[in-house]
Amino acid sequence: MNTVLLKLTLLAAGSLLTGATAMADALTGPVTKQALNVPAIIMFLIFVGITLYITWWASKKSQSASDYYAAGGNITGFQNGLAISGDFMSAASFLGISALVFTSGYDGLIYSMGFLVGWPMIMFLIAERLRNLGRYTFADVASFRLSKRPVRILSAFGSLAVVALYLIAQMVGAGKLIQLLFGLNYHIAVVVVGVLMVCYVLFGGMLATTWVQMIKAAILLFGASFMALMVLMHVDFSIEGLFNEAVAVHANGASIMSPGGLVKDPISAISLGLALMFGTAGLPHILMRFFTVGNAKEARKSVFVATGFIGYFYILTFIIGFGAIILVSTNPAFQDSTGAIIGGTNMVAVHLANAVGGSIFLGFISAVAFATILAVVAGLALAGASAISHDLYAGVIMNDNADEKKEVRISKISVLVLGIVAIVLGIAFESQNVAFMVGLAFSIAASCNFPVLLLSMYWRRLTTRGAVIGGGLGLLTAIVLMILGPTIWVQVLGHDTPIYPYDYPALFSMAVAFIGIWLFSVTDKSASAERERDLFDAQFVRSQTGIGASGSVAH
Amino acid sequence: MNGPTHNDTQWRDIQRNASFQELVQKRSRFAMTLSIIMLGLYMAFILLIAFTPGVLGAPIAQGMTTTWGILIGLGLIVVAIVLTGLYVRRANGEFDRLNARVLKEIGQ
Repeated sequence: MNTVLLKLTLLAAGSLLTGATAMADALTGPVTKQALNVPAIIMFLIFVGITLYITWWASKKSQSASDYYAAGGNITGFQNGLAISGDFMSAASFLGISALVFTSGYDGLIYSMGFLVGWPMIMFLIAERLRNLGRYTFADVASFRLSKRPVRILSAFGSLAVVALYLIAQMVGAGKLIQLLFGLNYHIAVVVVGVLMVCYVLFGGMLATTWVQMIKAAILLFGASFMALMVLMHVDFSIEGLFNEAVAVHANGASIMSPGGLVKDPISAISLGLALMFGTAGLPHILMRFFTVGNAKEARKSVFVATGFIGYFYILTFIIGFGAIILVSTNPAFQDSTGAIIGGTNMVAVHLANAVGGSIFLGFISAVAFATILAVVAGLALAGASAISHDLYAGVIMNDNADEKKEVRISKISVLVLGIVAIVLGIAFESQNVAFMVGLAFSIAASCNFPVLLLSMYWRRLTTRGAVIGGGLGLLTAIVLMILGPTIWVQVLGHDTPIYPYDYPALFSMAVAFIGIWLFSVTDKSASAERERDLFDAQFVRSQTGIGASGSVAH
Repeated sequence: MNGPTHNDTQWRDIQRNASFQELVQKRSRFAMTLSIIMLGLYMAFILLIAFTPGVLGAPIAQGMTTTWGILIGLGLIVVAIVLTGLYVRRANGEFDRLNARVLKEIGQ
């Protein structure tokens, strides 16, 4: 089990490292259920109570489709930024990165970097145009001047693939975590997460989903800040002192202060770097957040706030990891008879909470760690349901003439179905190796959603044919290379050597997508292609000025 | 929101507007510059890790434990935040004022 979160981190939080050994048993590893943690369960129930109250409050305000999908466009830039940062501050990145710093020091910082640098790029290239052109989903933007049906079908598939993969990984992670943090049963976690996720989205829509994410982000930032502060206090606020003490007690000594040589080769490093950086810009639940704010100005603000909080959070986890080296690895109370960390190294942040704040604070951090999963899955479920109702039902089946009430009803039914599917799959995958899923989700987002979205906004000559064939090829390449690569071909299917030697497909699958889109666009001589190119002017002016942007009137 | 109609010449008029061109040119150049800086620094960091990790492992001063890698890593986090901040400041100030002027000139 000690590799569960690390593994999620490796894939989700973005390792530049291959961590092949750490990945070996991943989520298949057995978990030792810990003693019942009553304070943690009580605090978690308080969190659930508050969030359900907010959902009830939101349900009274949620009337229209705009309320449901985009919280009526009334979220402020700051609030949205906090919610976005919440999407990134997952249980995997909090427990996993601090555990990675604990075991190998500097390498933990490398992980965080890949995750963070995607945000400035989203700001410079995507955020304001996306806000100016879209309404509820990124497919609105991708299909703005292209033929709606094929592009929406592709975008919906891209979205659903990402959501499904992400969701399963989160469900399984929740099941494993609850045994460690609360001392409860795997199945309880999966059902609790599934039911609450459906409640938040079904009754509260985007408004409740955003508030749940914001509350979680705030309490996680508070908890992590407190831990980092206590660690710094322990070393008299001397960073040099912190490193000195850590190097003195760590088994690897001074080598924890430099890169650990875990980067296998430049291709893997670059491939993963690309998947992280541009995968973030293709995640449907993240892109959806840009429509919850009133205009491009607030959208920009939210990216800045998110980047700030995410960066701050990674600095905290770095301090927490080093703090754990000093305070947890030297304390026999946190080790079993063999000297291993109780519950595995992913528990070091939780043990550190105990070391610096006692059992009540331990309960608090445990509750927060579990709450993060709830908040993340709610956003995923809403994005998945929107792909079904807004893109497939309203856009494809009803040809953009859907009755608004009916569309929202379809979305709510989809959420319910998604919840049931998530619970069933969460249980079915209990002892399966699902750790590759988040990595695959990022690769698909970077190879299908992102190229289509980017080129639809930037490249006049893009046509429907190019977008659909190129995006489809990118999606296919990402999946095929992932299956033939070390994570699935060797670790899941048990073959000896991978056919595709690298852990991440993004470098190649992104290239396939971009080349495919280019080739099938420039060779498209049809009349509709000409029309689509002509429409670029109108789209360009709108994307730059915000003329005709949804929600801009109210602000 | 309805899609644009393609025989609408209004869009081409806006594109010929001098203020619009100024806005697009200034904002695109600024965004591109910042993107290249961010991407370049990050790629340099990755390549440093891949090819010469020793550089990052060197202490910042004789007898100290803190290494250049720590400084550079934390520095990159700060750079990412600062660059987004710079962009927001200029976009929400200068560019939005320019945008307002465009909208006024074209009678929106």
